[in-house]
Formats: sequence, C-alpha cells, structure tokens
Amino acid sequence: MKIALFATCIVDAMYPRTARATVSILERLGHEVVFPPGQACCGQMHVNSGYFKEAHPVVANHVKAFDTDDYDVAVAPSASCVASVKHQHELVARRCGDAALEARAAVVGAKTYELSQLLTDVLGVTNAAEQLGSHFPHTVTYHPSCHGMRLLRLGDRQLNLLASVDGIEMVELPEADQCCGFGGTFSMKNADVSSAMMEDKAANICGTGAELCSGGDASCLMHIGGGLSRQGSAVGTLHFAEILASTLDNPVTVAGDVQLAGGRR
Amino acid sequence: MSGTFLGMPALPVYGHGNLNATEPFPKAAHRELGNAQLRANLGHATRTIRDKRLHVVSELPDWEDMRDAGSAIKNATMANLPALLEQFEANFTARGGIIHWARDAQEANQVVTELIQATGETEVVKVKSMATQEIGLNEYLQEQGIAAFETDLAELIVQLDRDLPSHILVPAIHKNRSQIREIFLREMEDVDPELTNEPARLAEAARRHLRRKFLTAKVAVSGANFGLADTGTLAVVESEGNGRMCLTLPETLITVMGIEKLLPSWRDLEVFMQLLPRSSTGERMNPYTSLWTGTTPGDGPQNVHLVLLDNGRTAALADELGRTALNCIRCSACMNVCPVYERTGGHAYGSTYPGPIGAILSPLMTGIKSEENNSLPYASSLCGACFDACPVKINIPEILVHLRGVDVDSQRSKVKVPSQMDLMMKGAEWAFSDGAHLNLLEKGLPVGRLAAGRDKVIKKLPGLAGKWTQSRDIPAPPGQSFRQWWAKEHGAADGVEPSVGDQQSEGKQSEGEQA
Repeated sequence: MKIALFATCIVDAMYPRTARATVSILERLGHEVVFPPGQACCGQMHVNSGYFKEAHPVVANHVKAFDTDDYDVAVAPSASCVASVKHQHELVARRCGDAALEARAAVVGAKTYELSQLLTDVLGVTNAAEQLGSHFPHTVTYHPSCHGMRLLRLGDRQLNLLASVDGIEMVELPEADQCCGFGGTFSMKNADVSSAMMEDKAANICGTGAELCSGGDASCLMHIGGGLSRQGSAVGTLHFAEILASTLDNPVTVAGDVQLAGGRR
Repeated sequence: MSGTFLGMPALPVYGHGNLNATEPFPKAAHRELGNAQLRANLGHATRTIRDKRLHVVSELPDWEDMRDAGSAIKNATMANLPALLEQFEANFTARGGIIHWARDAQEANQVVTELIQATGETEVVKVKSMATQEIGLNEYLQEQGIAAFETDLAELIVQLDRDLPSHILVPAIHKNRSQIREIFLREMEDVDPELTNEPARLAEAARRHLRRKFLTAKVAVSGANFGLADTGTLAVVESEGNGRMCLTLPETLITVMGIEKLLPSWRDLEVFMQLLPRSSTGERMNPYTSLWTGTTPGDGPQNVHLVLLDNGRTAALADELGRTALNCIRCSACMNVCPVYERTGGHAYGSTYPGPIGAILSPLMTGIKSEENNSLPYASSLCGACFDACPVKINIPEILVHLRGVDVDSQRSKVKVPSQMDLMMKGAEWAFSDGAHLNLLEKGLPVGRLAAGRDKVIKKLPGLAGKWTQSRDIPAPPGQSFRQWWAKEHGAADGVEPSVGDQQSEGKQSEGEQA
C-alpha cells in the first residue's frame, strides 16, 4: 500500500535516523512510502501547554498536509504525536470555532497509525527476524511511553516486535509503567519533579544491566537518555524502529549521527 | 437585557478557605522534594495501596462496566442538581432533620458555630471530613472558644502535631510509626511513657485517648460520602468505627456536605459501595458504613442538622469542560498512582484537595486568578495514570489541559511583557505551521553540532531551556534533518531543498562505534 510518513518535528530535526529506519522497514515489506512535504508538527506542545490559539495554525498545517487521497494510511514513529493527531486535533479546531477543520481533522486522524500499530494490526508483522530480517545482538530493556500505553492502548505491540528480533536479549524494566517525567513543557515548568521522576526511571534502567533502553517516543527517549548521559552512564536509548531496521548486513550502530546517551564506550 | 438587582450575589460565587495555595506549585514542590523521609514514606505507602487496589479491582469481571455506571450516575446527578437538592431537602426535613444552605466557607462556619453554641457545649468530636477541612472549621471554632477533636486515627496524629493532612484517605501518610510515637508521647495527656512504635500499641494508645472523648461528647460534626435524594439519607463510609461512635452517641449531630455529594437514589449506592472501597483502600468492602435518615425517637442523635455547602461548586459546574471534576467521590486512587504526587506529597498543592483531582478541582472552585492556583494545572506530566484509576472516569488529563488553556487565555488579556514561554510558543507557532519554515530552521542544525563540541552533548542552555539542562544533556543535533535527506533522495519537494554538506551515504547508518 501507499504509506504517508509523518516524521514528527523532533524526529525530523533531531532523530532523522528514526524516520529513515521507518522508511526502510516499510519499504522492506514492499510498500511505497511518501513524505507529504508541507508537514511540520502535530501541535501537541502548544496544546498541552494551554496555547490553543497558537496550536490552531499548527494543526491546520498538519491537516492540510495530510488531507489528501494520495495515500492509504499515514504512520508516525511516535505514539504521543499520533495520539495528538487522533484525539487533540478535533478539540483544538472546536475550541477555535473551526468546524471545517474539525471535520477534516477527524478524517486525517482516522487514517493515522503509530508504527507498531500499523506493523501489527495492518501489515501483519508478527516476527521481525523473519519478515524484516531484523538482527540486533544486544541486551535491551523497554520503556512503554505513557501516551502509547494509555491513549493509544498499544499494549505489548512494541515489546513483542522487539522480542522477535534475531539476537536480541530483552530484560524486563521494573516499574515500567511509571512515567519518565518528560511531559513536554512540564520538564521545564516543573523541572525538579520531572528530574526526580527521570532519575527513578534511569535507576530502574541501569538496574536491569541492559546496554540500551528502547521505546517508541523520541521525546521520552531524549529525556531519559539526556539524564543517563548527565549521570555519566554508558547506557543509551534507541527507538524501536532503529532496532527493527538493523540487519546482519547493515547493523545499527549504537553511537552515531545523533549521539545516544553516554557514548562513553 | 438583564438589570442589576441590589443584593444579588455576583456569579459565579468562587470558593475560599483551604483551597488556595500560598505559593506556586514548583516552588512548594522544590521544598518537599528535599524531604527524604517524606519521599520514602510516600513511595512506600502509595506503592502498597496501589498494589492492593489493582488486586481487588482485577478480580471483578465487570469493573469497567461499574466505572461507566458510576460515571453515568454522577453525570445525571450534576445535570439535575437543583431538583435533586430540593428533593433531598424535602425528604431530609420530613424525617426530622434540619437543612442549612451555605454559599461559602464563611457562611458554613457561622452556621455550624451557632448550632454548637445553641447546645451550650464547648467541645465537639469530629469524623474525618474533607468539607470541614476545606472551610477551615476547626480553626474557626477554636477562635470561637470551641475545641474540635478529630477522632480518625490519622487525623488525630496530624492534629496533635499541629500539622496538615497530606492525603485525602491517609492524612498522615507522610509520617512513619516512630514519628507517630514521638507525637503521642509529646502531645497526648495520660499517655503510657513506655509506649513503643508497634502499630498495635500505638492504636491502643489512640483508642484509650479517644474512648474518653466519645463517651463524654454531646455534639459531633461529620462530613458525608453520599446524600441520597429519594430518601433523604446521609452516608459515611469508614474503616475504624470512630465514625459510628460519633454518629450514634452524641445528642446533636451536625453534618457538612458539599452539594455535589448527592446521588439520585438509594439504589445507586449499590454501584458506589463497590467502586469506593476498592478504589480507595483496596478493600472489597469497608468495615463501617453508617446511614441515617433524619431522627428516630429514643435512638441516636435527636438534633440532626445538615449544612449544604457550595463554596465554588456551582462555579465548577458552570465550566462545561471542567464540571465532571465534581463527580469525584474522594477515593484518592488518582493520587496513589500519580508520579508527581508520589514525589511531592500533598502539602505542595496548598489545598485540601491534593494530587491530580486537586490540580483541577481547586482552581475550578476558586477560579484561576492567583499566581498560586494557576500553577496547579501544570503540576502534571499528563501521563494519564489518574484517568485509568478513577472509578468515575474523570478525564483529569483533558481537564488539566483545558485549564491550562483558560490560564493562558486569562494571561493574554493582561497587559504584560510576554514570558519566555509565550515567546517560545509564538516562535514555535511560526516554525510548526509550515513545512518550509521548519526546513529553514533546520538548516541551522549544524550550528548546534558546533555548540555540542567534542563530546557531542550540549550540557548548558540559557533561559527556560536551562531548566532542562540542569539535570539532562541534549544530544548534538544531526548534520541534516530527515526532510533534507528525503529531498536529496527523492528530488526536491515544495519548500525543501537538498542541503549542502550532507554527510550521509545512502542506506548506510552513519559511522560510529559499535556498542
């Protein structure tokens, strides 16, 4: 099928490798990937900070970019951005009295999937090693981000995909369902509480003995990774898309264009 | 169209009393985070309650249906509140009770004081009550020369220590047994000087102390968990039996209840008596449920009063997006799962109602007008754990975001220098409302690489972003954005030109060390 990639602003600017990994996975499965060029951001940061007025043009831009019949489904490697597209865009439009946008936002939202949702529910990927050639010989723990878990109800989709990668050793993260403390502008407005939450998450990750913590939200991984890095830990964070994209012939490196946390290997 | 009538109260009538924080949440949180003992106590206690709740909730196959029922009953109550209040009043009065309407904390305190003074008593026993905490009744009575004795064990501990409750359900959650022993030895008259910190011994000391009060008190003051409109019945749900003592032994019983505590009918208790104990204490059933309907000659209190309290509840009801906060049955499940509450404790919220529900309820009742209460809706990472735990399905995260919007809009109307956050949001609006804008900005990414230097992390940023780098690094940005790479691979798209200096080779991961 024809799949439109919504890269999301943070992945586009800070983690292009995650978006390229997403493209690579989908193309490997035989699908065509397109990139609607007008796209920028879902507007979640504005909405969650209470700036509805400023969110309006951001949401309108996203809907304009994706409101076409040029693709079958849209996908993003980010649960919280997909949750915003699916749940917040209509609210923003309604609050700003934009009925036309509200209707179109609903259409776009219905066609938008988070990556593990698309792979599992639509494209029928149950075994990454067999179907994608995924190979990643490392010890990995996994943090389920809040919005994927509670807004999209992803359940174990990301975890199951990771566990089916060849050579991977998954170790369970204690208190996995506890928020890492990122929360967008919460990390600045309530930096002390956010840091306390991050430190507990980092301690749980380090306690597993894993080389890496994986997850499905670049922003949460940046938060956790940034904390681990500051603590001088050698443990890094890596999006699950990059692990799925990794193969025996072309393995993902655990330090590179965007430095993972630590990097003191 | 409408004229102004002298003597009409201004609407909405906002609440006051112990609902207003005296300092912004981040400042209070900073102080509380420094209390290692508090964090240890809270972490242990909330984890214990969390696990118990999960256990008793998971054993009910129809738990989600029950939550839907609870939510629907409460929504119906709020939609029909005026009529239900009048129905309740008629039934309660017909059975010998007396109703008093209180617009705010001041009126409620005055009514209760006058009722006590009419009995000639100067001491009252109290059942744990959020509503009386909210209006500051104990302090008010003290000023009038009336001593109010809390009889709930945890409330007693907090009161003896001249402290404030930090949790709706477990007011002394922030104290451990050694601290409790010290408080008893210091403040309790006739305490056994050999008192140890064993829970059984501590409970016995409290029981002896309280028993004397129960047997001599002529007046009791209580709150209520539910008011049943179709029968005029009040209900108190508790664990220790102190409530039963207070509700049955004295001659005069004065109850203070928020108007949102109504349920349409007796039958509705079936749902709430399952939702409340399981969500609250993690018990299948609470030990004591006391129900009373007016008075019964020769049995129990003969003077039964009820003060119906507004204190900002109608203001909350007027908020179309926020009104479901009034559905709260004060079970405290939301705070037991809240990662923010678990680390700051209840005092940081500066209100009788802490935690996630307090972060929406307090500002809804007081109006977002002070710098202190307008910081409460931001006291959440929006992780959503509270919404999943709420037995009446209050969408707390959605209301938090709504209230942030109300706050931002109310700041707009003030003439002021834009805050750093305002400027950041304004800049981000430009950047994120057009792919070409974002592309233009992303051309600056290589500059960020320079800023990161040799170890490839940014360790210090100025201004608001400095709040991030106080405890976290930021990775060096990539040499080019994804869209620049894409444009190069697939030909230039609108507003996106291939960037010069692209270091990436097609299909290959960038160079780096192997983990």
